[in-house]
Amino acid sequence: MEQDGSQSPDGSQSNAMLVTIVTESILEARLTRDIEACGARGWTITDARGHGPRNRRASELEGGNIRLETIVTEPVAAEVMEVLSRDYFPSYAVAAWTVPVHVTRVARYA
Amino acid sequence: MDLDASLGLALANLASPPVLAFAIGILAVVLKADLRLPDAAYQAITMYLLLAVGLKGGVALRASDPGQVIGPAAMAIALGITIPIAAFALLRLLTRLSAIDRGAIAAHYGSTSLVTFTAALAFLDAAGIAFEGFVASLLALLEIPGIIVGLLLARRQRQGRFIDAASLREVLTGRSVLLLAGGLLIGVVTGPVGYARTEPFFGALFTGVLTLFLLEMGALAGRRLPDVRTAGPGLIGFALVFPILAGTCGVLGGLITGMEPGGAAVLGVLCASASYIAAPAAVRLALPEANPGYYLTASLGITFPFNLVIGIPLYVAIAQALG
Repeated sequence: MEQDGSQSPDGSQSNAMLVTIVTESILEARLTRDIEACGARGWTITDARGHGPRNRRASELEGGNIRLETIVTEPVAAEVMEVLSRDYFPSYAVAAWTVPVHVTRVARYA
Repeated sequence: MDLDASLGLALANLASPPVLAFAIGILAVVLKADLRLPDAAYQAITMYLLLAVGLKGGVALRASDPGQVIGPAAMAIALGITIPIAAFALLRLLTRLSAIDRGAIAAHYGSTSLVTFTAALAFLDAAGIAFEGFVASLLALLEIPGIIVGLLLARRQRQGRFIDAASLREVLTGRSVLLLAGGLLIGVVTGPVGYARTEPFFGALFTGVLTLFLLEMGALAGRRLPDVRTAGPGLIGFALVFPILAGTCGVLGGLITGMEPGGAAVLGVLCASASYIAAPAAVRLALPEANPGYYLTASLGITFPFNLVIGIPLYVAIAQALG
């Protein structure tokens, strides 16, 4: 069996992707609309704060950041990253990354 | 009103709890102390202020004669459209900023500041100067057109999607507008009898809550102060001079449409103030290329303190001199 660092306790391979996006909280409505359009079935949002290399903020008055996590299939993850590159990276403070994960109820996220 | 009395009022303004709290907020930043309100508290206070202002305004609107209101309302809309255009043009003369940055700044100066408005009302109350109660509806009217005009002015330089339906909806259904308009509606419908039941909360506590809020505003303005240097003398000059020009136009507009000097002064304050809640949000969403270092520093770092300390007494003095 391959050792790729993304195995569940019983040894099976990753079957989904966790996409994490940290960005300005003012973008929450727009971002959730966009990832839903890419095919995400759900997400979890927490408040966050931090600092980045560019760090141009809209306004501290509108709150700091949000951290959005969503579990999606690989093609959807790729599409989300593409939308981010096109519509968000050039203009806003965003950090985004994907991690292979293993879930038991795959159909829930597909 | 003579100069002595005006100066006396200005000094009293400086010694009022809200203005002093603002100064403490700035001092806290200078001393590197952490004085931030928790985010949830800040959001709650904003909602409180918007509802309180809307409610009182609505109650007053209900008691007003429509003939009294229509003139100032039309003037407010006209000013809401011309002020951002004037700001955009003046910025072209004074600075070398791009059309996008100038449009963003114009959107801020075309809109209004709730906190400057409430500080002005507190000032007039303390000075015993009467004003029409329906001025809160003028605040609501002036909130949005300026932002839209500012965004439109920036359009020429901006490629790609300009202001699609989604962005427009984001601007028009922003929380500030909804709470203000909602408060007005509640006030109109419930009237003085209904309002009396909430007076201990929305009335008596108001100045205290405002003081707390201005503490936070001071801290935010203080954090902007280092950016003032990078803003350049042109922008600094604009942020100090334009409010006086716009404020005077507002006062004149109010007097022409038959308002009392106190009410005309409030319209002047509304025209002279720059938004730093509604406008930055709208601009960030619709004009992400605009640099917050310019529009926020000008409106929050320079114009807001100026209006709070010097502007409000000045526009009241002008209104009384001309009225």
